[in-house]
Amino acid sequence: MTDVLRQHAEDAFAGELAALAAQDDRPRPERWKLSPWAVATYLLGGELPDGTPVSPKYIGPRRVVEVAVTTLATDRALLLLGVPGTAKTWVSEHLAAAISGDSTMLVQGTAGTPEEAVRYGWNYARLLTDGPSRDALVPSPLMRAMADGKIARVEELTRIPADVQDSLITILSEKTLPVPELGSETQAVRGFNVIATANDRDRGVNELSSALRRRFNTVVLPLPGSLEEEVDIVTRRVNQLGRSLELPELPGGAEEIRRVVTVFRELRAGITADGRTKVKTPSGTLSTAEAISVVTNGLALATHFGDGVLRAGDVTTGIVGAVVRDPVADRAVWREYVEGVVRERDGWKDFYRAAREAGA
Amino acid sequence: MSAGEVALLGIRHHGPGSARAVAAALARWRPDAVLIEGPPEADGIVHLAAEKDLVPPVALLAHAVDDPAKAAFWPYAEFSPEWVAIRHAVAHDLPVRFIDLPAGYGFAPAPDVDVDDAADAAAEDGAGHDGPAAPPADPVALLAEAAGHDDPERWWEDVVEHRAPGTDALAPFAAVAEAMGALRAEGLGESRRDLLREAYMRQQIRAARRAGHERIAVVCGAFHVPALETMPTVAHDRALLAGLPKKVRTDITWVPWTHRRLSQATGYGAGVESPGWYHHLFTTDGDPVPRWLTRAADLLRAEDHPVSSAHVIEAVRLAETLAVMRGRPLAGLTETLDAVRAVLCEGSDVALELVRDRLVVGDQLGEVPDTAPAVPLQRDLARLQRSLRLKPEAAPKEVDLDLRKENDAARSRLLHRLRLLGVDWGVPARSTVTSTGTFRESWRLCWQPEFAVRIAEAAQWGTTVEEAAGNKAVGTARAAVELAELTGLVESCLLAGLSGALPAVMRVLADCAALDTDVAHLAGALPALVRALRYGDVRGTDHGALAEAAAGLAERVCVGLPSACVGLDAEGATAMRARLDEVHGAIGLLTSAAPRAWSPDGPDHRDGPDGQNGQDGPDHQAGQHGQADRDDPYDPDGLTGRWAAALRSLAAREPSGGPATGAPGLLRGRAVRLLLDEGRLDSEEAGRRLRLVLSVASAPADAAGWVEGFLTGGGALLLHDPRLLALLDEWLTGVSGEVFTDVLPLLRRTFAALEAGVRTTIGGRVAAGPLGEPPADLAPAGELDRDRADAAVPVVALLLGVRPRIPRQPAGRDT
Repeated sequence: MTDVLRQHAEDAFAGELAALAAQDDRPRPERWKLSPWAVATYLLGGELPDGTPVSPKYIGPRRVVEVAVTTLATDRALLLLGVPGTAKTWVSEHLAAAISGDSTMLVQGTAGTPEEAVRYGWNYARLLTDGPSRDALVPSPLMRAMADGKIARVEELTRIPADVQDSLITILSEKTLPVPELGSETQAVRGFNVIATANDRDRGVNELSSALRRRFNTVVLPLPGSLEEEVDIVTRRVNQLGRSLELPELPGGAEEIRRVVTVFRELRAGITADGRTKVKTPSGTLSTAEAISVVTNGLALATHFGDGVLRAGDVTTGIVGAVVRDPVADRAVWREYVEGVVRERDGWKDFYRAAREAGA
Repeated sequence: MSAGEVALLGIRHHGPGSARAVAAALARWRPDAVLIEGPPEADGIVHLAAEKDLVPPVALLAHAVDDPAKAAFWPYAEFSPEWVAIRHAVAHDLPVRFIDLPAGYGFAPAPDVDVDDAADAAAEDGAGHDGPAAPPADPVALLAEAAGHDDPERWWEDVVEHRAPGTDALAPFAAVAEAMGALRAEGLGESRRDLLREAYMRQQIRAARRAGHERIAVVCGAFHVPALETMPTVAHDRALLAGLPKKVRTDITWVPWTHRRLSQATGYGAGVESPGWYHHLFTTDGDPVPRWLTRAADLLRAEDHPVSSAHVIEAVRLAETLAVMRGRPLAGLTETLDAVRAVLCEGSDVALELVRDRLVVGDQLGEVPDTAPAVPLQRDLARLQRSLRLKPEAAPKEVDLDLRKENDAARSRLLHRLRLLGVDWGVPARSTVTSTGTFRESWRLCWQPEFAVRIAEAAQWGTTVEEAAGNKAVGTARAAVELAELTGLVESCLLAGLSGALPAVMRVLADCAALDTDVAHLAGALPALVRALRYGDVRGTDHGALAEAAAGLAERVCVGLPSACVGLDAEGATAMRARLDEVHGAIGLLTSAAPRAWSPDGPDHRDGPDGQNGQDGPDHQAGQHGQADRDDPYDPDGLTGRWAAALRSLAAREPSGGPATGAPGLLRGRAVRLLLDEGRLDSEEAGRRLRLVLSVASAPADAAGWVEGFLTGGGALLLHDPRLLALLDEWLTGVSGEVFTDVLPLLRRTFAALEAGVRTTIGGRVAAGPLGEPPADLAPAGELDRDRADAAVPVVALLLGVRPRIPRQPAGRDT
């Protein structure tokens, strides 16, 4: 146990990575710690020839991971797209950890990300005393990754202002970063690549220019494919979060989680789980992450203000909050759903009442 | 037996690799006769394959002469090995024989010999119309499993389809035959039908040898090869075939097919998931992946997705590296599509769907020469025309049909079905007979030559008029976007007696209704649906799905109605009022027809919260929440209750700041009136509402609208309750001069619509002086003539559809 609140992926799974590297006999691209096959195994989980188990880091279609790893192996930059809560950052961190053994070359994209964060800055004290020199230059994580031949990560690419985004174009196409002030450049060595993540719903914020866009292979991380899978993810995360919030485990949780996930999935997909009835979709994302927060919130409500059992009433308020983003259109969608689907469902009577009370 | 040499070319149906291998083998081995697994009835029309007009994808369609609904098909695409063999043979003037069991046996009623046979027949029925019946266990799947692959299609592609033919053209076939032999030796449980087919094939091979052919090439499914390799005695095969039922007289023809149809796994499909991709693999020489991706790029560009050559280059690299990563010899469809998605489509599934639809499946449509025999649909129509005595004539002719007669009803159905197929032989006409009862239909008949073409086109939908019309209706429904279109289609299906197609159409209708946000559309569709429901009742069709859809629609109308009425202008309000009345009537009919159609569980069903605390669930729950299980405050009395709630909510939507902020008076008044008529509001309350709306705070125009809505369709109300009339009178005398001019047209319109007698009486009442007296006791108009009254009761009861308890009269009184 360390005192660090959250370890880097390469530290948390150092044992697995070492075992994979030891038994990996396939060809590795230059400066890769593992072969592409081993990287895929690291993410998807499995068992090594000597029986060492590898835990799955990503629960989802195999295709996604294979395309992502292959993209990085072909020297193309990788863009992970998806709605919030589809494990984009998680996948990018583990890919970097498995390939370069280092997931820290990270640029966090925000509306205020300056160009220095993507290219380089200056240590002004050195600049003033010694004049422009390599020593006065403060390299960005990207620049360091280029020099070391590692994977650099750019989070939330679409939040970065367009002009700063475009400084990536030279890096991705020419694989070099010119430093005009010094009349020199940093050329990327083999092994360098970029993984960017972006939010599907935020496309409009700072849409990528097509010049930049075509430098990336795009992999869309899908929402969980089945009810069971999603219930599993939500339950795990809720348990982790519950522990950190010091909430006791409540009875009735499993049932309510299943119902919350069912509601989210049905509204998201626009069709009921039995595939018999279509329903309208609200404007909200209704991602797995939101389902997790609805349940956690419900747990807190039940613990502090309820009778200690997670009940329909504890989660419906949260669900209404997540579903009804637009007060007019979404409310109608929600009401139709409650009246048309929930009311007739066996064993959902209490949920129906709670949903009505929560403001239909 | 003469020593004719036989080459067995075991293939995978619709496998492009097999097709290439067959082509290479035939070219090198030079047979003098080609035998193909297929219906022998087709021997007579196989020469058509030499014609330029016979363009694949086409299918051999065999059907029983007397019953076109019994049909089977053998589809061939350009990449089908059988087609390659046919083309090779006709191009080199070689005799071609189809050697499978004749289709005529398949149409024969199953012989009642033994259980085994019956089970086989049942399995055949389950598979529907299919030509080369699939072996019970998929041999390719078993082979793939043995090789450690989970996806048989991919395994076969890697091992056979993606391999270029080597120097020895027959070598791949030998390998496949060996593998199949090993599999069959272990016993796959080949069905009795397979054994029969193989015996027949062996007989045909013997016949070909007897005919003096020296080099005989046999193209058949790889599964059958081991059984054809080792020839048992002739007597053995004869004995097997002796048990066949009597052959049914069969017709066969070429029909155009489509790639899309090949890709469907059910019905007439062949279950080939990617005919477009196979076609590409078969027709391109070398570099299939780059060429394929270039085509995809072209397609995407045509649809305004910016795709550059650089994209294509990267996509090829990705596809090839993926293939290496997945350990495949060549990038297959999966890798290629992954690359298209990641690079060309930039992650968009919408664009990928386009590629999948246009390229992977494709729109290829086959062609058939005019010399091909007539399609079964044409025959079926001719048969119907004969049996219904309805001759196709070019001169227009009027026909009156009495639907109560069997023959006329059948004629009507035929004409309606043909209309669904786009053959407007009969057009509904205004009746020449004065009677306009629902059992009478008038048609104007006129046969036009181009109908023959339409029939040929419609042949793709089925082999009989009924089947084709049903399939077409479902197809049209799937493509429809407007709700009204669909309700119309439902009515047509009912008229055409297509109860088989109805469930599918209803499903689409329900889906469409679920996504339609316009309450006016929904309200417009509901009455037609309820009509259809009642009409279906009369015709005895199954209306479960219909009732469910109608109830669902009504539910949505209830939810959406009040807010949809807000802020309507005068014109919109008038239209909406008509809808309101129709929906009100429809909901009344609906609930009387199927009181709880939307809740299949019935009222007694007690549902517990599923899961761990099953049994004591409801009570526990009820105790916690203090509510009994079924006393649901939100669902007091079903649909009518919710409709009433919607009306109440509508009536309460008063404009608070200008007309746009509430429902127009017309609709609010109407809602109150409907509630009053239903007895959900007493006249006291109605009077109070009238007083409120007529008070000075409300806009006079709104008030006049309210009154119009309230009084339309029966003003006798004002006579029965003079207080209402007094309120109205008081208000009218109180409004100022110019306002009076404004509301006058509205009021005039309202009162002009009342019945003449009522109008006169109201006039009389108002003229007579002070109003507002409580209603005087209704004095009986005189002594009731009980005999005459009693005589009318049964008729009234019949009209109302109730069974009142008629008071038993003292005996002897009515004599």
